Amino acid sequence: MATALLRRAASTAKSSYIRPACLLQPARLHASEAEPPKAKSSAMKTFSIYRWSPDNPSKPTLQNFQIDLNDCGPMVLDALIKIKNEVDPTLTFRRSCREGICGSCAMNIDGCNGLACLTKIPPASSDSTITPLPHMFVIKDLVVDMTNFYNQYKSIEPWLKRKSPQPKDGKEILQSKKDRAKLDGMYECILCSCCSTSCPSYWWNPESYLGPAALLHANRWIMDSRDEYTRERLDAINDEFKLYRCHTILNCARACPKGLNPGKQIVNIKQLQLAK
Amino acid sequence: MAAEAAAKTAAKTAAKTAIHRLSGMQKQVLSLYRGFLRAARSKPQQDRFRIESIVASEFRRNALQVDRKNFLYIEYLLRRGRKQLDQLKSPDTTGLSSVDPSSRTDH
Repeated sequence: MATALLRRAASTAKSSYIRPACLLQPARLHASEAEPPKAKSSAMKTFSIYRWSPDNPSKPTLQNFQIDLNDCGPMVLDALIKIKNEVDPTLTFRRSCREGICGSCAMNIDGCNGLACLTKIPPASSDSTITPLPHMFVIKDLVVDMTNFYNQYKSIEPWLKRKSPQPKDGKEILQSKKDRAKLDGMYECILCSCCSTSCPSYWWNPESYLGPAALLHANRWIMDSRDEYTRERLDAINDEFKLYRCHTILNCARACPKGLNPGKQIVNIKQLQLAK
Repeated sequence: MAAEAAAKTAAKTAAKTAIHRLSGMQKQVLSLYRGFLRAARSKPQQDRFRIESIVASEFRRNALQVDRKNFLYIEYLLRRGRKQLDQLKSPDTTGLSSVDPSSRTDH
């Protein structure tokens, strides 16, 4: 905030009167405390952002916003926040951690699903289009209805289930390093739904097909050495639609902002189904 | 609160029953309304009447205001209504309340 104020003060001072070159120097020194002086090359970039509001029910539109990239952070989320702060406060999107750990800011940027906070703004030479996640119901602007997605996650019972009684000493259930390593590539999932909403199979059967994210988590609990309901878990998803709508298209692996490969985990489930 | 929909067409057709076949969306709206009335029954008498009156007024209001051709918006209202109905069905939910933003002076 302080830097922004300083910068504004400096720029108005410059424009208000013409100073000789010798006077310019000290004024610049003050300005450079906040930020190095910029050759005001305006790198204007146009963002076309999907807009639809239930308060004003009409057809959804793409609204253009011009942003100076020299005056904006490097990520798409920075641009969105800048637009919301300075241009149009009604622009609505989810965001929280701004570092790719909460998964709130999943959206479709230039045709690719990703987290706005982890996606660099593409160079100013081209316009960028930002839309909500594909094939999800829009609540407002970039905010989509995740109910179905979360319900599917819930349906795979993502918690530890045991048959044997708790350890008597009340301590944790131990796991070897090797068993723990089996969970790598799965526990990192933050449920941003980038993968599921990039999957054509999920687009056509969002109700019946669980989708890559939920199946990845299903596999996470199937592979967990401490979980004793492996068989039941496998049976629960052994279904023409729930599991076998995955045709290994692998859009999920391309979309995942955390670099995971849900497709591989689904293959693992299918193999376990066969070996059962 | 806002229970929804284009009951406009539904209400009209109710008047001239049997002549007009209901569209799929009209049926969904009516079944949502019915769902609300059924959910209201599981609540205590006092709350039940309150829920029913809010729901009825909300449906009536949307029936008058929403353009019957604005499917996008009606579908949105249906989804929102279903979500609210799910919440209402839960035994933990005791009632409904609504806020009229235009009647509020302070902000």
